[in-house]
Amino acid sequence: MLDFEPFYLTLKLALTTTALLFLLGVPIGYWLAFSPAKGKVVLEALVGLPLVLPPTVLGFYLLLAFSPENSFGRFLEMYLDIRLVFSFPGLVIASMIYSLPFMIQPLQAGFRTIPKNLIEASYLLGKSKRTTLYKVILPNVKNSLLTGCILTFAHTIGEFGVVLMIGGNIPSETRVISVAIYDQVEAMNYSQANLYSGILLVFSFFVLLGVYLLNNRMVQTHYPA
Amino acid sequence: MTAIQISKKLHGPEGAMDLQFETEIKQGEFVTIYGPSGAGKTSVFRMISGLLSPDSGRIQVGDSVWFDQHKKINLPPQVRNIGMVFQDYSLFPNMTVRDNLGFALEKGQSKSIVDDLLELTELAQLHDKRPSQLSGGQKQRVALARALVRRPKVLLLDEPFSSLDLEMQAKLQDYILKVHHEFGLTTLMISHDLIEVIKMSQRVLVLNQGCIAKDGKPVDVLPIGILRGLIEKGGI
Repeated sequence: MLDFEPFYLTLKLALTTTALLFLLGVPIGYWLAFSPAKGKVVLEALVGLPLVLPPTVLGFYLLLAFSPENSFGRFLEMYLDIRLVFSFPGLVIASMIYSLPFMIQPLQAGFRTIPKNLIEASYLLGKSKRTTLYKVILPNVKNSLLTGCILTFAHTIGEFGVVLMIGGNIPSETRVISVAIYDQVEAMNYSQANLYSGILLVFSFFVLLGVYLLNNRMVQTHYPA
Repeated sequence: MTAIQISKKLHGPEGAMDLQFETEIKQGEFVTIYGPSGAGKTSVFRMISGLLSPDSGRIQVGDSVWFDQHKKINLPPQVRNIGMVFQDYSLFPNMTVRDNLGFALEKGQSKSIVDDLLELTELAQLHDKRPSQLSGGQKQRVALARALVRRPKVLLLDEPFSSLDLEMQAKLQDYILKVHHEFGLTTLMISHDLIEVIKMSQRVLVLNQGCIAKDGKPVDVLPIGILRGLIEKGGI
């Protein structure tokens, strides 16, 4: 009997990560795109780090940080009663950090394509920065929003190193599909591993196919030539 | 009465320049700022509208003070209630013509002004089109109508006709004169087209290297000799 729990967990992790990272990514991307602050390159570099680092490095440091043996982890456990190592919330936070550039870079690039005049026109029509963001900026960067979400979603589905380091292999809690496959291979259960892998492959393909179809249609309706 | 007295150090492509702009404009007057590019015309507009802060000075429109460096008053662009028409129109591509106008409505403002303006600028037929489906002249009319939704006291036009053909220019100039009178606007326009300036404005401020070099009626301050020479040469 095939255990579907890892699929469910992976989907839950990818959706949660994408949703939370979207909420976080919009203000950060906005600030990076529009702020005149010189220091923002520091944040840009930090955001880009997960692109360069092996996931194991990121996972290792997060493991250290979240561990109750260390001050931050101890603080979380003592005062907020939260333990982030080997738990689903910990996986979500780790995934968010790991996918940071995949959400923020498309958003930032999208925001930069908005002409300054368009934003100023909105201010001169009496609209606040917030209204301008919701009504003018975001609707005109729909493709970037979608790209950021797809990349984050896909990247989280395909995650392995970080998850293994910070989450381990706890059924129904942290055993996502990539870990489950690794587990089956280690146990020489090749047929089971094959089944998991095949399903993941087909599922990923159709998710992407659907998204790109949607994306193409949106481009055509939104900006007729 | 609008009293403007502002100065700012600008860093342009030709190095630093001190912009000094001091004038008084009567309610209902149509004034053009004329001058070569790089003279600081657009910066003057940006400071009047609140998009750029002057280094020092004061801007008063009617009874309200928009900027006063000594009293540390600097109203944000949102509350200055200025109608501005940008050179590139700056219409919101995600909204239809009607939504572009509707976006400008203030909370609780009656929507009827949107229909009135669509009628006035002969855009009613195009109300559900998006900006990308419009011609240059149509876009310009939408930009003008949108600028008037909040019934501003001051209208700023930044080279509003530069990318239109002559026939369309003439038509739009008529529209603008019409709304200028109907809405009782005080209008400032940036232009370097002599014919347009003469047709539209009651008064011209010639801006050169950040200073008002001349101030008066178009025929008195503009180099009309050039035009006359051209016309005679062409045998018109």
